[in-house]
Amino acid sequence: MELELSLELFYLLLLGFAILMYVLLDGFDLGMGILYPWFDTDVEHDHLMRSIAHVWDGNETWLVFGGVILFGAFPAAYASIASTFYLPIMLMLIGLIFRGVAFEYRFKSDTSKKYWNTAFAIGSSLAAFCQGLMLGTLVQGVPADFIHQSSFSWLSPFSLFCGLAVMAGYALLACCYLVMKSRGELQQKAARYGQRLLLIVMLSMLLVSLWTVWIEPEIRARWFGGWHALWLIPLPLLSVLAARLLFRDLGRVNRSHKAELPVQERHEERPFWLASGLFLLAFVGLLVSVFPYLLPRQLTYMEAAAPDSSLIFMLPGIFIFVPLICAYTLWGYKIFAGKVEDYQEGY
Amino acid sequence: MELDVSILSRIQFAFTVSFHIIFPSITIGLATLIAIWEGLWLKTGNPQYLQLAKFWIKPFAITFGMGVVSGIVLSYEFGTNFSKFSEIAGAVLGPLMAYEVLTAFFLEAGFLGVMLFGWQRVSAKMHFFATVTVAIGTWISAFWIIAANSWMQTPQGHQIVDGKFEVVSWLEVIFNPSMPYRLVHMLLAALITATFVVMATHAWYLRKGQHKEFGRKGLSMMLWFALVLTPLQAWVGDLHGLNVKEHQPVKLAAMEGIWAEKEANVPLLLFALPDMKAEENHYEVAVPGVASLILTHDWHGELQGLKSVPAADRPNVPLVFFSFRIMVGLGLLMIGVAVLGAYLRWRGTLYQSNWFLWPVSFMAPTGVIAVLAGWYVVEIGRQPWIIYGLVRTSEIVSPLPAERVLFSLTLFVLTYSLLFGVYLYFMRKLIKKGPAPIEHLEQQRIGVKASGYALSFTKALATDIDPSTTKGAN
Repeated sequence: MELELSLELFYLLLLGFAILMYVLLDGFDLGMGILYPWFDTDVEHDHLMRSIAHVWDGNETWLVFGGVILFGAFPAAYASIASTFYLPIMLMLIGLIFRGVAFEYRFKSDTSKKYWNTAFAIGSSLAAFCQGLMLGTLVQGVPADFIHQSSFSWLSPFSLFCGLAVMAGYALLACCYLVMKSRGELQQKAARYGQRLLLIVMLSMLLVSLWTVWIEPEIRARWFGGWHALWLIPLPLLSVLAARLLFRDLGRVNRSHKAELPVQERHEERPFWLASGLFLLAFVGLLVSVFPYLLPRQLTYMEAAAPDSSLIFMLPGIFIFVPLICAYTLWGYKIFAGKVEDYQEGY
Repeated sequence: MELDVSILSRIQFAFTVSFHIIFPSITIGLATLIAIWEGLWLKTGNPQYLQLAKFWIKPFAITFGMGVVSGIVLSYEFGTNFSKFSEIAGAVLGPLMAYEVLTAFFLEAGFLGVMLFGWQRVSAKMHFFATVTVAIGTWISAFWIIAANSWMQTPQGHQIVDGKFEVVSWLEVIFNPSMPYRLVHMLLAALITATFVVMATHAWYLRKGQHKEFGRKGLSMMLWFALVLTPLQAWVGDLHGLNVKEHQPVKLAAMEGIWAEKEANVPLLLFALPDMKAEENHYEVAVPGVASLILTHDWHGELQGLKSVPAADRPNVPLVFFSFRIMVGLGLLMIGVAVLGAYLRWRGTLYQSNWFLWPVSFMAPTGVIAVLAGWYVVEIGRQPWIIYGLVRTSEIVSPLPAERVLFSLTLFVLTYSLLFGVYLYFMRKLIKKGPAPIEHLEQQRIGVKASGYALSFTKALATDIDPSTTKGAN
């Protein structure tokens, strides 16, 4: 495999960056909806919603960004992926619609609150599940001799498992975000759920890794051919290390609430960064497995790329605006930094 | 009956895009109005402006939310339902939409959080900055999406290589011949739409005798806006029409119901039933020569008719014809309201004239309906082409199994119908609840003078004072 520095590669990396940002940001956001049923009082639900009400829109914009980068830089891949995944995409969109409007309507409702709670929880879960389903199918690959649009290739035991795994991962991110944004009993609860979810996530990652290596000779060769394994060993090692640290951090938060540990010894922000790190490592592992394909074993990023005129045209926009976007997004998070308060803020 | 995936995909796109456009056409204008009110409040210190801004920010928030969720659908539908189109035109349209996301969507989303929830966390000036940024974001967004749509109407600046579009000049692609007219027409339409939503609400308060001061302030401002904007829109619309005549003569022929290959002394049809089979109109009510006068500035001017192209190259004439009349009719009605309002104001009886306020209070949706009708003229009038004169809509639909599209279409119809009902319910609820009293907003003023103080102030409020105060804040 040769790696040539090219415009196309730049866009592939940019696409990867957009997807990663989306997964991290909307991950904790959707994860909040997945966790929702495990919290039962109105006060807790209020708190969950308020911790993300000001950022969900921005987080979801990364999904649109990923979509249009795929559209603009790799039109052929956008066309074939989107139409191949017709049903999961549609279900994901419906899920996103219901959970998105739930923010506005829930806070303004008196009698219909319970319906918005349901809409938020089910919508978020559905969207996360569909994303995992598509991810699983992409790793596994779509059989080339199938007519994409009419096949059900996205429905396999592997893809279903990935759907559930992504749900668990998002819920883990949400737990870590909550540890950062809440205090008291709620924080303790989030830490406890976080520990359990972490175990599930690590097991799923292991299973998915073994599964892909087992079913796909090409991925097996990528990881175990030649000296590759030696170069790639840091990925699983670092993952285990991050998970170990994360587990301990969450445990400390839990124990500090039981007064078994002084409060000063708990980290409230580190779990979120560790969980994000875990996602990053998993994402890099995924890239290693599927590179250079956008639609595995059928369409590479070079084949799918738009002509240079389009790729060059987008460059100034990307170089000026992506840093700017990151800056003001960070500014937005800073303004709302700290714990969520138990009173209604805002407009 | 065999299900036709092409028809289903097109119905689904038409349905989802029509649903979507309702919300941005309100929020573009409403964001601008809120920014204006907030600016006026900062400048004059008159709390009435703050009251206006803080009241309308709530309907704005739910409308914006609806726009966001229904908009994400569209960014994926190009690929899901029109995969061949995405593949051949992606190199042109994709980058334009990438710029829309980079320069507008993130901007709106990033500052919306501060605009909605940041009152107690940033200074008043910073908050104003956030509001203005959101408003500018909505305008920029319109710029890019109109550029993309206009290129599909009047394509230029590209070449076709192996059946795919490649851009030769981005300037020509973006500033294609119909783009400036469509952009100005749409932005004005959005401002007018919001103006009438606000105007109707305030007229309703006055008619009901509630929140009188608030009602007057809003109605008065909106009538001034309408008096400037609606005639301006008629003029811009006329220029846009001339542009259509030049670049999309068949669309214009459908708008005016002209069948003959070439026709001079073209009458203005007030009503007619265009018949595509017989290639003529029935029951015409016509004013002779006026269409020629408007479009060629000459009573005897010649216009190209539908028969100048084969039947297969013509759009659905009745749909275009009637949509156009609905748009123009509502436009004239809105001009009428603005002028009549100005007359009543001059007479000094505006706020007492219930006969005027009563119909005006029902005019909240006029702008939205006119916008929808206008877009039907644009989009149906472009058919059978997806890229005018170059690519037919029938050639670019994804070869999906029809039942999948039927399934998603059903889901969308159910979801959107439900949500639209919910949206109207909450809009009604917010409007019935009315604005926060000025005294309550004065507390806000204490807060915004010192942002650090504000947070502790609100916290104190929440713990000391009865919970109804805090509940009322949202």
